[in-house]
Amino acid sequence: MKQSNVIWVVVMLLAGVYLSWRAVSYQAGAVYVAPKIVADADSGKSFTTWSKVPSVESSNPGVEISWPRTLGIWLSALFTLAIFSFLFGDNVVYKVAESIFVGSSAAYAMVVGFWSAFMGIFVAQLAPQFSQNTFMPGDDRTEPEWLMLIPLAMGIMFLWRLMPAGGWISRWPLAFFIAVFAGLRLVSHFEADFVVQIKSTILPLIVFAEDGAFDLKTSLWNSTMVLGTLCCLTYFFFSVEHTGVVGKISRVGIYLLMITFGVGFALTVMSRYSLLIGRMNFLLKDWLNLG
Amino acid sequence: MLKRTVPLIIASIVGIVLILAKFSPPIQSWETEVVMWFDILAVFAFVLGAGNLNLNNLKKISERKAGWGYAAITLLAFWITLICGIGKLGVPPNEQYLGYAWSGSFEAEGSAFWWIFNYVYVPLASTMFATLAFYISSAAFRAFRANNVEASLLLLTALVVLVSQTSSGPMLSDLIPEESTWAIFKIDTIRGVLVNLFNTLGTRAVMIGIALGVVSTSLKVLMGVDQSYLGGD
Amino acid sequence: MDKFWNSLANLDRRWLFALTFLAISIPLLTGIVLPQKVTPMVENVFNAIDELPSGTKILMPLDYDPSAEGELQPMADAFIRHAAQKKHKLYFLTIWPTGVAMIQRQVATLKKEYPEYVYGEDYVNLGYRPGYEGVIKLITSDLPKLYGSDQQGTPVAKIPMMAGIDSIKQFPLIVNVSAGDPGLKQWVQYAATPFDSIEIVGGTTGVQASTLYPYIPNQMIGMIAGIKPAAEYEKLMFEKYPEIEKRPNSNMANVFMTSQEVAHFMLIAIIILGNVVMWQTGGRRDQS
Repeated sequence: MKQSNVIWVVVMLLAGVYLSWRAVSYQAGAVYVAPKIVADADSGKSFTTWSKVPSVESSNPGVEISWPRTLGIWLSALFTLAIFSFLFGDNVVYKVAESIFVGSSAAYAMVVGFWSAFMGIFVAQLAPQFSQNTFMPGDDRTEPEWLMLIPLAMGIMFLWRLMPAGGWISRWPLAFFIAVFAGLRLVSHFEADFVVQIKSTILPLIVFAEDGAFDLKTSLWNSTMVLGTLCCLTYFFFSVEHTGVVGKISRVGIYLLMITFGVGFALTVMSRYSLLIGRMNFLLKDWLNLG
Repeated sequence: MLKRTVPLIIASIVGIVLILAKFSPPIQSWETEVVMWFDILAVFAFVLGAGNLNLNNLKKISERKAGWGYAAITLLAFWITLICGIGKLGVPPNEQYLGYAWSGSFEAEGSAFWWIFNYVYVPLASTMFATLAFYISSAAFRAFRANNVEASLLLLTALVVLVSQTSSGPMLSDLIPEESTWAIFKIDTIRGVLVNLFNTLGTRAVMIGIALGVVSTSLKVLMGVDQSYLGGD
Repeated sequence: MDKFWNSLANLDRRWLFALTFLAISIPLLTGIVLPQKVTPMVENVFNAIDELPSGTKILMPLDYDPSAEGELQPMADAFIRHAAQKKHKLYFLTIWPTGVAMIQRQVATLKKEYPEYVYGEDYVNLGYRPGYEGVIKLITSDLPKLYGSDQQGTPVAKIPMMAGIDSIKQFPLIVNVSAGDPGLKQWVQYAATPFDSIEIVGGTTGVQASTLYPYIPNQMIGMIAGIKPAAEYEKLMFEKYPEIEKRPNSNMANVFMTSQEVAHFMLIAIIILGNVVMWQTGGRRDQS
């Protein structure tokens, strides 16, 4: 057996012993729930729901350990460690976890779309009686909305892409889809990211305070904003060669853009570390009950 | 004609309706209807994505390509999640309609779908992005070098903003009295200038450029000049 | 000495991973919380919610997923608690499929900490609708057309607080927490920019934040960009509403900031060391 493998086996054994000790002595990963009974006197039906309670309330009457949720916490921790194992190199455990992630995330989006939109809007409007008798009893629509047949037809054409023949028909709803995106974005970007941004850049270069005195700070700020934006825009203007005066202005633009990217990098660093802190918090506190 | 011309006509008409609706109130009801159909069509896009996932993975399994075992795991995870969600397994009925078994919310606490989301999807999704922090540390050591003026500027800016994002940085620079001429070197002041002035002007320039790009690309699509979304014949 | 610098230049990156792990974990275990200094932008966002009259309708789109939870959950919690302290009416919705679960967590917080809040009268969960920014576009003109029912399937006509709501133009404030596209940018583009009556504040990740500064202040009042401003927001909350500090997980951003502080200084040291190594070795690295 290779030395590195021996070391890994020893590490895993020690970790297993430690985790077992934490689980037994400190109820690591244990989740406690309290019951809530919902009853309807008219129909005579009732059912019990369970909600999570803090572990300090575990000795309260009615509160008990939830084995599915406790198992879930341990599974979450193992999945977390499986993904982190990629830091040591690609391995089977990581690939299995990644495969599960891909499958479950695709299905999750489909389920949400199915119940929220397909059933909640589509079926509810096309077949109101059926929806009222099953999943939307509170709805009081009586007449079907036949206009919904148009998006239904488009949807079927869209899915025909998966068929071995006749897939070209999916181009019609695809063209519709692309056109809506293009039409919406053309207007929104032009208004919010072009016109209003130019308007926000048109600032007075020489500013006087209310008492008539020259406001150096605001004047400098505005001048830098206006001239700086123009320098950066010059850098992106490729219809004129970047030589001479244009070249020098474009150079200033690059320097200003570097400051922009530096700010972006620092904010990104904070963002990424926050995500790691969140996961470490789960592992150390929610799972191992440390700290 | 049906394969290329009709889609181009659809794209042009829809696009023109959406653009004109901005300026013409009588057409706004058409815009509302078009966007409504778009929102519903987006559901079918999910189904298409899932269908493609299944087809590709099944093909991989049937052809016994390298890694077909992982494809099987992907499909298993997909179908288990889908059945739990669409079947509303473990979902109690709505409190107001206890006689209707399917009236409960699909993501009710304690249901099978809820369990899969919280204990399978959440840790996997969160950790995927959390590992980036480790790579940032590694990349900062190896690649973040002040080789030239531009890189030095980027590096210096990043270092100042990083310090300003801590507690101790601003607290230390607060030792400089507010009335002092050195007050402009307080870390908060420098950060304010870097973020609210320089970052804003640089991002604004990029934003304006992107907006022009989006407008030109959208016009090309709506006028039928760009037909790449139709694929080959 | 050359050997020392060369060995540093070829340092196994797993040492840096281990250093990162320690820099994050040890502060979390100590539980130390550092004081925060509030910046003007965070104050503006705080005041935008605080200065509204009690009972104001607030639209709260929560457009993020678990991958951004570590950064956005503390600020989402802070926004909910703040709005509930002011007894504002909360309208939840999302344009991300995973936002459904994020709303569920906020609703659970509301139920637990503000039991006087009644569903349908003080808060409502409109759930998810697909269509990316098309959803925003549609609800600026006709909200009931797309949101005919809430997340539970109850028709909006039967929900008291939805009475008279035709579009989001009737909301004085939108408080959006977003992790990417579609998100805060699209809410600004499609809701806040075309309609002067719509004011918006946001919570967003640091990654997205730098691209949103040009919208401030003409198109957006302000934003909480990352975990540090979230910690400042919590501080403002504790100053104005001291009872919130005693609640579990009410200071998560402040707790996280301690690890963040150590990690930032660690990264600064790593960057400086990397550059020193470069100067000492002339940029050479052992390619084997």
